[in-house]
Amino acid sequence: MSTVAETKIKLTPEHNARPGASVRSRLQDALPKIVLAPSFAATVIFVYGFILWTIYLSFTNSKTFPSYAITGPRAYQRLWRWTFESDPPSSWYTSITNMGIFGFLYIFICLALGLFLAILLDQKIRGEGVLRPIYLYPMALSFIVTGVAWKWFLDPGLGLEQTLHQWGWTSFHFDWIKNKDFVIYTVVIAGVWQASGFIMAMFLAGLRGIDGEIMKAAQIDGATTFQLYRRIVIPLLRPVFLSAFIVLAHLAIKSYDLVVALTSGGPGGSAWLPSNFMYEFTFKRNEMAVGSASAVIMLMTITAIIVPYLYSELRERPR
Amino acid sequence: MLRKLLIGTALASGFAFAAHAEDVKEVQMLHWWTSGGEAAALNVLKEDLSKEGFAWKDVPVAGGGGDAAMTALKAMVAAGNYPTASQMLGYTVLDYAAAGVMGDLTETAKKEGWDKSVPAALQKFSVYDGKWVAAPVNVHSVNWLWINKAVMDKIGGTEPKTFDDFVALLDKAKAAGVIPLALGGQNWQEATMFDSVVLSTGGPEFYKKAFNDLDEESLKSDTMKKSFDNLAKLVTFVDPNFSGRDWNLATAMVIKGDALVQVMGDWAKGEFNAAKKTPGTDFLCYRFPGTDGSVIYNSDMFGMFNVPDDRKAAQVALATATLSKSFQSAFNVVKGSVPARTDVPDTDFDACGKKGMADLKAANDGGTLFGSLAQGYGAPPAVANAYKDVVSKFVHGQIKTSDEAVTELVKAIDDAK
Repeated sequence: MSTVAETKIKLTPEHNARPGASVRSRLQDALPKIVLAPSFAATVIFVYGFILWTIYLSFTNSKTFPSYAITGPRAYQRLWRWTFESDPPSSWYTSITNMGIFGFLYIFICLALGLFLAILLDQKIRGEGVLRPIYLYPMALSFIVTGVAWKWFLDPGLGLEQTLHQWGWTSFHFDWIKNKDFVIYTVVIAGVWQASGFIMAMFLAGLRGIDGEIMKAAQIDGATTFQLYRRIVIPLLRPVFLSAFIVLAHLAIKSYDLVVALTSGGPGGSAWLPSNFMYEFTFKRNEMAVGSASAVIMLMTITAIIVPYLYSELRERPR
Repeated sequence: MLRKLLIGTALASGFAFAAHAEDVKEVQMLHWWTSGGEAAALNVLKEDLSKEGFAWKDVPVAGGGGDAAMTALKAMVAAGNYPTASQMLGYTVLDYAAAGVMGDLTETAKKEGWDKSVPAALQKFSVYDGKWVAAPVNVHSVNWLWINKAVMDKIGGTEPKTFDDFVALLDKAKAAGVIPLALGGQNWQEATMFDSVVLSTGGPEFYKKAFNDLDEESLKSDTMKKSFDNLAKLVTFVDPNFSGRDWNLATAMVIKGDALVQVMGDWAKGEFNAAKKTPGTDFLCYRFPGTDGSVIYNSDMFGMFNVPDDRKAAQVALATATLSKSFQSAFNVVKGSVPARTDVPDTDFDACGKKGMADLKAANDGGTLFGSLAQGYGAPPAVANAYKDVVSKFVHGQIKTSDEAVTELVKAIDDAK
């Protein structure tokens, strides 16, 4: 009996040591997976699962509540027909043309303005520490706050126009926010005001990462400042352009609250973006199938823009 | 049977954690009456219920407005987590009833005699398939003019009886240098005004055919074209800055005397009351010219959900209290609307309220009580919103002529059906 006990005692430490170590190392190997599992599952269900569900719903005739009988692409046929109804503009036509105008101007002006501000701030000026947060601060505001503030500022009866009239410049006229043809540009103004500071910060970080030696070498070779930026700095900032573009593109496409807060849809719905269209049709008009179809089209549009861009950018980098 | 079982299971799981004995004495209420006057009006109901020993619990809604509340309700119902009752409008009640999630208050209705006292037009929305599923709280009517009396006296105007009178009156105001018509350029306000214009232009029969029955012949008739022309005439009298303005700011323009008149539902009276103005001396309420004798209504309802048995008692108490004469009077005096039953004494109401109650009774008896299309009582939301789109695009110039407007209206309503 005692021998058995002894062997047991002898064996235990050795036996325990090995499986113990392997359990621990196995646990260590698996730990990242375990930690990631909940968020992975959540992403799979709540993002990709619901994308599939939305695609499914867009082929049903869901109205107020989801219905699960597939009835064909009727929602898409309606959207397709609306795409070409420009006079008088259908809500869908207004939404997609606005998306084009807003998306292009918003991204382009933000990039240009952000780069310009960053270059100016990068001139080793005094008070940069104060200036930088001033430009960056609007990004800390929610779209709703930006929208309401600009709504008051741009309102001809309350804001800029009224103030200038009181100061004596009575011929001043700026009523874009009340004008069906220009209201979308006020959304651009408010959006640019909010995001360009953030883009500036991104470019500034990029500029600081550029090796000073290259710049000095170029200066010694007699490059002008313009050439320096045109030929060296901006090409080196290409990864920043990529990040900034992606940030801006998704902000542009999901802009919903800005339109609502700034224009409440604009005169006759003239400021709608596809996201407004989607919400209106799904939740206010009980046309869930049409709303879903519009969401699917938005997704496909984003994919069509972002994927080729990402593909070309990310493939080139290893070279 | 299977359906009932499924609903039962959904309910049981939804409320498994909440099914304590104390919950029986609680009313869970989803609503968006949070602003001053409305909240005060609702407090009357809360007190009535607490006297009977029922606690009141608001279901929180992020975002405040009716749309946010409806989105929240949709999510709650989809999860099987029903509130005792929810504030609801028109066709929404019927949609939910068709989905089989509404309760049944027929017994209470019989006992309280709702069948006789609630106008038949309202019962179209509160009774589904022979069962009472909602308790109407009030009746608003939208074909009103709200006029600042001081401005009216200054320009020497009198009550307009026809549409042409009305245009003449607006002309007078324009000549006197006040903004003739206070309008908020949001689609529902424009469409609400257009409801009245159509009733005035085409008469009660036409309104019913076009906006309640959605008869295509009427929708594309010359009368409808004329209505759009009349609307265009009215729009020439608004100030250039009207687009996007909230309705209560438009009312404030009339209260302050910056503008002569607003065409708005009787909830505008709440704003006058809040500004301590008296009907008859500070402001005037007339029916929209040419619509006397008819009432275009909308109504707030408390939709009653199919709650488990242990919460039914609270629901019945809520419904009974909602339609009790004392609450109907007290609530509607504050809210500016008129009671949802026609047998409530009008002693506590002001002049406009008394007129509103008399008009409602007369319209109910004479068959001229019609649902407002703009407010979602004329047709389901898809149609109502398509209609609002067309009216708004016409007002703001995307649709340029009345011919085009009529074509678009028929097309939009067809699309949405």
